[in-house]
Amino acid sequence: MLKTFNITVLFIVMFSNAFYGQNTVACQASLSGTVTDYHNKTILEKATIVVLELNKTTYSDSTGKFQLNEICPGSYTVSVAHPECNTVTVDVTIDGPTTLDLTLEHHLEELDEVKVIGQAVREKTNTASEQRLSTTVLESYSTATLGEALRELPGVSSLNTGAAITKPIIHGLSGSRILVLNDGVRMQDMEWGDEHAPNIDINSNGSVSVVKGAAALQYGGDAIGGTIVLEPQRIFPKDTLYGKTLLNGVSNGRGGSMTTEITKIYDNGWFFKPQVSYKRLGDQETPDYVLSNTGVQEIGASIHVGKNLFTWGWDARYSYYDAEIAILRASHIGSTDDLNRAINNGEPEVIRPFTYDLLNPRQKVTHHLGKLRFYKRFEGLGKLTLQYDFQQNRRLEFDVRRGDNDDRASIDLELTTHTFNGDFKWDSKPNFQLQTGLLARYQENFPNPNTGVRRLIPDYERFDAGLFLLGEYRYNNFTFEGGIRFDFMRIDAQKFYRITRWENEGYDEEFSDLIIDAQDSQFLVNPVFDYHTFSGTVGARWETLNSGTLKANYALAQRAPNPSELFSDGLHHSAARIELGDLRIDKETSHKISVSYQRNFRSWGFTIEPYANFVQDFILIEPTDVEFTIRGSFPVWEYRQTDVRLLGFDLSVYTDWAKNWSTNHTFSFIKGRDISLEIPLINVPPVSFNNSVTFNKPEWNDFEVSLESQYVFRQNETPDDIEVFSPQDQADIVLQVNTAPPAYHLMGLRSKLEFPLGNKTILTTSLRVNNLLNTSYRDYLNRLRYFADDLGRNFILQLKLSY
Amino acid sequence: MKYLSIFAVLGLLLVSCSDDDDAPDSINEEETITTMTVTLVPGGGGNTVTLVTRDDDGDGPNAPVVTVSGSLAENTIYAGTVVLLNEMENPAELVNEEIEGEADEHQFFFVTSAGFNANIAYADDESDYVSAETNENFTSTNPVGIDFTLTTSDASTGTLTVTLRHEPKKPNDGTLNDAGGETDIAETFDLVIE
Repeated sequence: MLKTFNITVLFIVMFSNAFYGQNTVACQASLSGTVTDYHNKTILEKATIVVLELNKTTYSDSTGKFQLNEICPGSYTVSVAHPECNTVTVDVTIDGPTTLDLTLEHHLEELDEVKVIGQAVREKTNTASEQRLSTTVLESYSTATLGEALRELPGVSSLNTGAAITKPIIHGLSGSRILVLNDGVRMQDMEWGDEHAPNIDINSNGSVSVVKGAAALQYGGDAIGGTIVLEPQRIFPKDTLYGKTLLNGVSNGRGGSMTTEITKIYDNGWFFKPQVSYKRLGDQETPDYVLSNTGVQEIGASIHVGKNLFTWGWDARYSYYDAEIAILRASHIGSTDDLNRAINNGEPEVIRPFTYDLLNPRQKVTHHLGKLRFYKRFEGLGKLTLQYDFQQNRRLEFDVRRGDNDDRASIDLELTTHTFNGDFKWDSKPNFQLQTGLLARYQENFPNPNTGVRRLIPDYERFDAGLFLLGEYRYNNFTFEGGIRFDFMRIDAQKFYRITRWENEGYDEEFSDLIIDAQDSQFLVNPVFDYHTFSGTVGARWETLNSGTLKANYALAQRAPNPSELFSDGLHHSAARIELGDLRIDKETSHKISVSYQRNFRSWGFTIEPYANFVQDFILIEPTDVEFTIRGSFPVWEYRQTDVRLLGFDLSVYTDWAKNWSTNHTFSFIKGRDISLEIPLINVPPVSFNNSVTFNKPEWNDFEVSLESQYVFRQNETPDDIEVFSPQDQADIVLQVNTAPPAYHLMGLRSKLEFPLGNKTILTTSLRVNNLLNTSYRDYLNRLRYFADDLGRNFILQLKLSY
Repeated sequence: MKYLSIFAVLGLLLVSCSDDDDAPDSINEEETITTMTVTLVPGGGGNTVTLVTRDDDGDGPNAPVVTVSGSLAENTIYAGTVVLLNEMENPAELVNEEIEGEADEHQFFFVTSAGFNANIAYADDESDYVSAETNENFTSTNPVGIDFTLTTSDASTGTLTVTLRHEPKKPNDGTLNDAGGETDIAETFDLVIE
């Protein structure tokens, strides 16, 4: 009825049409037009155009044009489909020769859909060394930490404090030199301390990419070591509901973990995704004894909502992370004599029966992260993204203390950060892209004075501002990219210095104008320092004709000092050393050249990635002197700046020997040297060689089993040990803090079976055995190596239900 | 553009909450022991000898100042006591109270150098002290060492090292190596018996 009415109206209004031949007018109308790409206006050939009511079909020609004749005037639904695009339906009123120009989202295939099919997430850079851990790999590390999972990648290792605190090291660099990006948000979680791991629940993200170097300038300019990009699984505007639940049982630590998530998406782009995880372990064990007080409790939760359309969208995410980690009791020491005794003993001094209790020393960290992001695509131009994020990190560290102080934290820091980001990406040209963006950040650190212990990190406010421009140009098999970035940082701190320390450091001559208050034995000073940093990158990528890829990249990066490098001042109990920052420390500058060549043959392939990183004014901490206190003498570790050279390469090879048999091999080699003093650099990862052989049989419920071997060489290039006076021995003793433990070899086993449980539900069971042969070993990059062996055999049984 | 205004508002919030110029409170290290005084009172009358180590700046750069008031007499039994203070607090905190309250978690060790003719014996045990946890005297009887006796024989010179360990193995065989634990104090005094 309505249709007839419409047509009638149309007939009246469009009288000229009606005037021509009355008999045939009803079915002499036509529909014509062109189909083009939404972004760059290129024509789309072979698009299918269907008038649904009439079941009439045509295709666009090589100029993108199409024509449909002999249509009766009326309102119709036209559907336009193209193999590389989302199908679009439009309502159209046809009367006479009607023109309809259609735009399709041609980029869709390139940007999004490939990711679902091949899981090939778009790389963060085109030319730098880059590697990625898939959801499957992350799931297999569901009970572990991010740092542990990342060690799967060649060139990535970790600096550990026991098994629960792992800080990633990329090409020999860690801490503030590594930028961790959690779903677009740069983590602000006190990465400056050796015993501060990234506050991230490994189960909260879908994939992790690691850019080995500072080439990913869009995220920050100071990532001299590299950038770790964690991303949630992508949301597609398609009406679905899916989820997964993982249950893990862990033998070493006699505990386990659980994680579950659900994703609900509506056709109109709305989505909703809650996730929770919980982990609990008791004391862990070496082959020979219990590592007393090494339990962990971890809670992670996140909720992600938003509307995700092609042309625009927004999302909001809140995530919460809470970890309570007990630190090996035997590692809490009082003096150099205690440290020396621990090193020489070979076994921890405190070995108690297994317990789930988390006693002192321990740390308790909570991290809140809130994010609000908005994006809009502009037709034929590009995409605008705006983001605000808020983070609050609270860190409590409890020491073994006297009296009623046991329940009182020795360190109580609260770090609050607000960040605003905006960027615009011109991606309308097929072979040229440009991205520009800016950043503004405000951060405040509040050390609670109720600890009764002098502050490790002072009160400070920090302001950051950044601006970047990145370009990418494709020409045949070549891609070129380049970028520049400027950052400004101001740190405004208020700190108490002991007057004796202030004078001993010579600050009274250089910085006397910073003093704002003088008390009995302390000065209150207000340093306000500004740092300007510049970063840049250029690189090229060549897809060779014989299916190889050659990438070369140069990255220049500058990093301003962190609060610990500037302001540390005092006795670090767990390390039995006095750590001193230096107000005079300035930014460091890195020049890194990396090359990567990848080639795949019919049944094997390899990737080789050599690199060289020269860092000027590299900030490092090393023993310089000895100071006496009433507890005895302590080595003094002072931050200083020097020039450093890091050279290395990563090699990985895979082979498919037979139908069901394959092997994988990775080899990482790195040398680090202080080139001003001509001595080896401290904490450089030892050479490692990993091999695995895998058998899989898809017919047997996707059965897969692999045997892994990890050989870690001894680090032979370390700085010299130091000599200190021992009150106990009444003599100078050599403190073997820099001597590396011997090489070790670990075996591991993984196996997996999948069972379909009816409609879309799959149960995956997997068993993993770490340190299969129960080998006793110590790792050079584990700070607790002075006190105890590393973990013994560990069985991890996992049940995964996807629905 | 609605979103842009949301961001603008957030930006304002960001600026407005950054005005925080209050000076931080100063912290006086509560747990540090700055001063140890060992008093040796001769049994049959004579000069009291005091051994003092004082480190006014805690873990600051200055070394502790060690003083010995005089020499010990031959063949004398001295009653020794140890007093620990934290002089960073005002008034100075008597740390002995905490040690006594946790007597089962602390022990002093007295080690003399070879050829120094003095013997040391514990003159107290845990049951002499009131537990901070139970408010009753400890029932265990391991030595603590806040009170001790020093018995000299012939004239000689040498050193006395006083060490306080927190959470040592108790009981132990009296040596530092067997006891383990964390060192709270380790100081060596040069002494003369004449």
